[in-house]
Amino acid sequence: MFAVENGLQGDPRLQAISDAIRVIPHFPKTGIMFQDITTLLLDPVAFKHVVDIFVDRYKHMNISLVAGVEARGFIFGPPIALAIGAKFVPLRKPGKLPGRVISEEYELEYGNDRLEMSVEAVKSHERALVIDDLVATGGTLSASINLLERAGAEVVECACVVGLPKFKGHCKLKGKPLYVLVEPSQLDEVTF
Amino acid sequence: MSRNKQEEDPRINGIKTKIRVVPDFPKKGIMFQDITTVLLDPKAFKDTIDLFVERYRDKNISVVAGIEARGFLFGPPIALAIGAKFVPLRKPKKLPGETIFEEYELEYGNDRLEMHVGAVEAGDRALVVDDLIATGGTLCAAINLLERVGAEVVECACVIELPELKGRQRLKGKPLCMLVEYR
Repeated sequence: MFAVENGLQGDPRLQAISDAIRVIPHFPKTGIMFQDITTLLLDPVAFKHVVDIFVDRYKHMNISLVAGVEARGFIFGPPIALAIGAKFVPLRKPGKLPGRVISEEYELEYGNDRLEMSVEAVKSHERALVIDDLVATGGTLSASINLLERAGAEVVECACVVGLPKFKGHCKLKGKPLYVLVEPSQLDEVTF
Repeated sequence: MSRNKQEEDPRINGIKTKIRVVPDFPKKGIMFQDITTVLLDPKAFKDTIDLFVERYRDKNISVVAGIEARGFLFGPPIALAIGAKFVPLRKPKKLPGETIFEEYELEYGNDRLEMHVGAVEAGDRALVVDDLIATGGTLCAAINLLERVGAEVVECACVIELPELKGRQRLKGKPLCMLVEYR
């Protein structure tokens, strides 16, 4: 579900967010129009809009845990967690987290990758939010949902700044709702 | 954030008690300073950010540069609170646009830190943030990147310092602000 479909139609903040995202063609490979959120981070007003919109949505949903996917989820997750009084749990590439971890494999276009989470980070029945900058195939978010559920948490929603148009409507990932702020930006928009 | 115990802010001890030390990670002999346990305590995490924000909000900082990946946990909340831009300094090939890089030494071999061209401008007043300073190699690379594009690095900010590794002396004369020492 996109923000425009859920009460934010006409909200000028969404246009400001979209305008602040830079498109890099053919990165990391030919054919991919990469959505570069680093330009959004250079615009303190637009960056704050992103956080404010997510905080307004989640502050009354009794979320006790915000999980962010390495590395760009680390940029958006903590400000949201801090504002709603939730803990932040990093979901990381293999070998980065010390202590006891659980891991979940997910598919890439070619081959697999793994996401890890610290077992002690989650208490049973915690209400969790998963954050990443962008959702494309949903593979990383699905792996994140699996990790949290295996540890006993209830994933309330997944939230991303950018999402492909196929996630409009009541599209779910592993039965969980998805909330997205904007569709991918197009190349002819001027940013920076 | 003085080292003098009499003046130490009472929030600092709360943060220190939340840091988990994991022995022999990532390899034998290293006492790993795990800050993820600080992030699990909303008050300790908020106190960490508040301490830095209180220090920097009136210093006209226009850019906060955070070092991948744990610098991304602390840098953005500070940047948002003080109205500065946030610039991620990343491992090679992660940033999609045109970049400049700076090499730095590891125990065995070298690594590189990259920054987007155009993200930081001449005259920007910069703060560099990471979770921990050890040898200071990564922070020095960060300072170099920022200075090469004409920014003024005002200070480096870390949650934890390992003072025995003398990283503080490798910051090209820039001051370091840290919250917790581990000896």
